[in-house]
Amino acid sequence: MLLLGGGVALALLWAPEDADQGISQRIFYIHVPVALTAYACFGWGAWKALRHLWTRGERYDLESYTAIHMGTIFGLLTLVTGSIWAKISWGVWWSWGERQLVLFLILFLFYSAYFMLRFSVDAGPARANLSAVYALFGVVLIPVSFLAIRLAENFIHPVVFTREGPQMAGSMFATFLVCLAGTLALAGALYSNELTGKRLDERLLELRELLA
Amino acid sequence: MIRARALEKRFGSKRVLRDVELDVERGGFAVVTGPNGSGKTTLLRLCAGLAAPTSGELELGVERGRIGYLGHEALVYRELTALENLDLYGRLYRVPERRERIGMLLERFGLWDARHERAGAFSRGMLQRLALCRTLLHEPDLLLLDEPFNALDADGAALLDRELVELRGERAFLVATHDPARLAPLAPEHVALAGAK
Amino acid sequence: MAALARKDLLLELRGRETLPAMLLFVVAMLVAFRFALTGEQSDAAAGLLWVAILFTALLGLGRAFVPEREQGVLDGLVLAPCDRSAIWLGKLLATLAFLVLVELVALPAFALFFEPLSGQTIAAVALANVGICAVGTLLAAMAVAARARELLLPLLFLPLALPIVVGGVGATVAEDAGRYLGFLALYDLVFAILAWATFEYVVVE
Repeated sequence: MLLLGGGVALALLWAPEDADQGISQRIFYIHVPVALTAYACFGWGAWKALRHLWTRGERYDLESYTAIHMGTIFGLLTLVTGSIWAKISWGVWWSWGERQLVLFLILFLFYSAYFMLRFSVDAGPARANLSAVYALFGVVLIPVSFLAIRLAENFIHPVVFTREGPQMAGSMFATFLVCLAGTLALAGALYSNELTGKRLDERLLELRELLA
Repeated sequence: MIRARALEKRFGSKRVLRDVELDVERGGFAVVTGPNGSGKTTLLRLCAGLAAPTSGELELGVERGRIGYLGHEALVYRELTALENLDLYGRLYRVPERRERIGMLLERFGLWDARHERAGAFSRGMLQRLALCRTLLHEPDLLLLDEPFNALDADGAALLDRELVELRGERAFLVATHDPARLAPLAPEHVALAGAK
Repeated sequence: MAALARKDLLLELRGRETLPAMLLFVVAMLVAFRFALTGEQSDAAAGLLWVAILFTALLGLGRAFVPEREQGVLDGLVLAPCDRSAIWLGKLLATLAFLVLVELVALPAFALFFEPLSGQTIAAVALANVGICAVGTLLAAMAVAARARELLLPLLFLPLALPIVVGGVGATVAEDAGRYLGFLALYDLVFAILAWATFEYVVVE
């Protein structure tokens, strides 16, 4: 897993060779895979939430939480890299015309509220249920917000920026795929690592409870 | 009517119930005893369907609408009168001849004169009486009573004693109490919860 | 369910707390907005109308499950042999009734202070009300289970309500309101189904 994580770095070093569109192209290899990974994490978290509500399996709650935790970290990374990209491409740190960025801002607000919810309810089945329901709302909010942002462009930002670069060359696409695989693997590694840690914490608490 | 095997309930890492075995037949009367925090209330809430067990089996031979649950709190709206509260529950449970039944219960539990008062203005003992009316309103087949003698004065407690004797018969009871001697005349079976530690 | 909605209206008649508060709040907010806007900015005014509606609804939603919290009534409702989602629907109808009553004052006040309202704006408000109450009622039930409930509800609610703002403002300012109204209807449908399906898990451990 860690090896694959290292693969990301390798791909990043290799990537600029193909970048014939100047410096702005380079961050594309990080930004888009990170964004897609964040979606994958949110989707995974919602899937685990659904499994939790379906089966009432306790472990799904922790898995859902960890996936959303990862998703939020990658979502924040998306915001940062997107902001840098915006700065390089058209000289501003923030553009309401960039759908992906706006969507991630909304999602970031939403999932921050998810953590607030978790922290203000005592651990237990009630918290697991509430978190799972909210996580499901999140995954529905993604397409709805995307639609909303597209609609909003008509009045919020009259100058709409269109990104119609040339077709991606084969090697660029390959680099992109390697980056995507690398980021996904990194997320997976972080996810299982974090999950093990949280499970250990939980076992420890249980043991302490038993000894007390 | 209730059959529980290896029942376990945890709140986060806190284990409240562990390996509980329980059988209550139709016409049975089980008393749950145990020190504070041993999970009496949790066991009753599990049986009522207000919470789901973490693991183990819990079978109820009765539908949700046929359970009468008396909790720590009265489960009534403070801003509604005694009559309005019971009327709401009567509608929710689709009690036949609602008005007559409510009137009869209010009369029996000595709340008839206070029927137009807000439940929020009731004393603790009156609230408990109202809660008993609410619990018995739909003539449930399974009664889950959590400390039913709480806050009742001597009259109220004597009244409840008589009610319990009368209600027995085909119904099943699961009663949590710290005062099992009070229920001894009903010849109950005992379920002792030692605490889950 | 009708019994539940009726009970909520009865509670409000008895308590007379939420509705007057919402009314005063929305009018005060519109007055504040009038001073916040300098000159003629009709598009901005349209936006403010939606902010006013959203925050007023939030005020009402924050109170929605307060009567149930006392005396553990929510448990009593959960025990009743009706579909748990009926609790949600009953509460939704009651909050919707409050919101519509408030808007019967707020919309004319807006027209008086700012600019006349178009038919499409009113249609959008009607559609948005449903979405606001459907999502808001579920989130309010979630928030009462938490410690910092007054704090939590707006945090939970606003990210989910952003699409409503987009649809509402769009329908108010755009020439062809059809797609925005359609979007609001879609929002109502999707989130109402989701809230209906998940409410049970919010009230039962």
